[in-house]
Amino acid sequence: MTSVGTIFQREISSYFLSPIAYVVVAVFTVFSGYFFSVMLGITQESTLRYSLAYTQFILSILTPVITMRLLAEENKTGTIEPLMTAPVTDFDVVFGKFLAAWALYNIMIAPTALYIIFLAWVGSPDYGAIIASYIGLILMGGLFISIGLLVSAVTKNQIVAAVIGIVALLILLVIGLASYGNEGWFYSVLRYIGTYDHWDTFTKGIVDTRDVVYYVSFTALLIFIVVRIVESRRWR
Amino acid sequence: MIKVDHLAKRYADVYAVDHISFEVEQGEILGLLGPNGAGKTTTMRILTCYMPATSGTATVSGYDVFRDSINVRKNIGYLPENVPLYPEMRVKEYLSFRAKLKKLPYRERKTRIGECIEKCRIADVQNQIIGTLSKGYRQRVGLADTLVHDPKILILDEPTIGLDPNQIRQVRLLIKELGEKHTILLSTHILPEVEMLCGRVIIINKGKIVAMDTPSNLAAQMRSGNNITLEVRGNGEKIKNALSSIEGVKKVVWQEKNELNDFNVEAERGMDIREDVFTCIVKNNGVIREMRQASITLEEIFHQITTQEHHEQEVTV
Repeated sequence: MTSVGTIFQREISSYFLSPIAYVVVAVFTVFSGYFFSVMLGITQESTLRYSLAYTQFILSILTPVITMRLLAEENKTGTIEPLMTAPVTDFDVVFGKFLAAWALYNIMIAPTALYIIFLAWVGSPDYGAIIASYIGLILMGGLFISIGLLVSAVTKNQIVAAVIGIVALLILLVIGLASYGNEGWFYSVLRYIGTYDHWDTFTKGIVDTRDVVYYVSFTALLIFIVVRIVESRRWR
Repeated sequence: MIKVDHLAKRYADVYAVDHISFEVEQGEILGLLGPNGAGKTTTMRILTCYMPATSGTATVSGYDVFRDSINVRKNIGYLPENVPLYPEMRVKEYLSFRAKLKKLPYRERKTRIGECIEKCRIADVQNQIIGTLSKGYRQRVGLADTLVHDPKILILDEPTIGLDPNQIRQVRLLIKELGEKHTILLSTHILPEVEMLCGRVIIINKGKIVAMDTPSNLAAQMRSGNNITLEVRGNGEKIKNALSSIEGVKKVVWQEKNELNDFNVEAERGMDIREDVFTCIVKNNGVIREMRQASITLEEIFHQITTQEHHEQEVTV
């Protein structure tokens, strides 16, 4: 497990040595700030609920940018070779990278705490709903990161990894939106697979075990698949 | 230290490594020699647990590369071809990351990294960003990384490729120095390198071992005949006849130029006729101005072996 820490440390410092970390944090702050002010202006409600609904869209675009280089770059430059011939397991590498990307994701959403301070200043927000929203936001981040990691594992090109990752996340978002308010087994399956419905519950201030299980199990499954993909070079 | 037994790696229906077996003894420097695409890198990747073999077994210091891969990896230092490094990191940072990854205890880490930096002569760039380094320095950073956990075995894939002559010399000297403490398996397609560094050579072509011996034995073995070239003052006709009558001599070519005679004496394989030739010429009142045994270089052996194979294949096709 100490190797997970070593990998994590390298990945995090590598994020901040390249422009990626600064770019995603800046872009996210600009857009989330815009949606926050616009929604606040329209609804005049001291809640994050409406602005967070739009945030998922920005996150779908920015998270693959965080994850695109994780494995694609190692595959391309060949650094995967010294990495995998060091005494570390495939899981150590994948999980270390996952945690580093997840940490950057959390750093990226951290500035939104300012909006809470602002809300507290102008009104009296429901802190329970806000805490639930953040739990949801962090869990959803884990899922997004693991999807991005999966895409990054199967390609050597970062741009391809980012584009496919964005498309995959948007599909997950869209199938959730499309099923909204519709009945029938087909739509309930879509609703379950899509991220929107699960996310919506959190923004209402409900931490439902079903949604937590959805995010955690989906993320775990994807990490498991990535480990298998990394391992697959051994039997390919 | 390294034991390879009927190791094979198949890609689709082509064998990149075709059932090879060899051993590397402790403290030995073994050279893996072969043209590009002969299977050198694949063999090394199997030994370093990067990819598994299709069949056959390999053990490194007693551990099986497939079942005990973590223990194998703890005992080897591997320098991949082209030395992939993280360009955004600083040299020292990178070595410290690698030392941590290789589970070097915290207390030893600093001194060990210092030693490696000194040994590989990268002290003057230790705080530089790897992406800005020249090829020669990158190579040496890679070498420092392979040494950092003080492994018993070093596996170096074309350690001098792409360097300028001075850098090649430096890297070779370094490898030779390392050979005193470590067991080394290195691959190359540069022949003088093998002659200079390796105690033993394996020539590999199309995934098969075509020759395995010490560089000098290999040269002796491959000598097609035993050729001696002479420059002699004296009666050419008489000496020629006398030389032809020496036991074991197959052919004598005589050429007269000015007052001197050039001879080319070919003897049977494995026979040393030099002393007989000397006494024979002296008996016939000749004066030897030059006597030289035409030696075959590793380059010629390599060419012979690898193209021989080619001809045979053409015939069977």
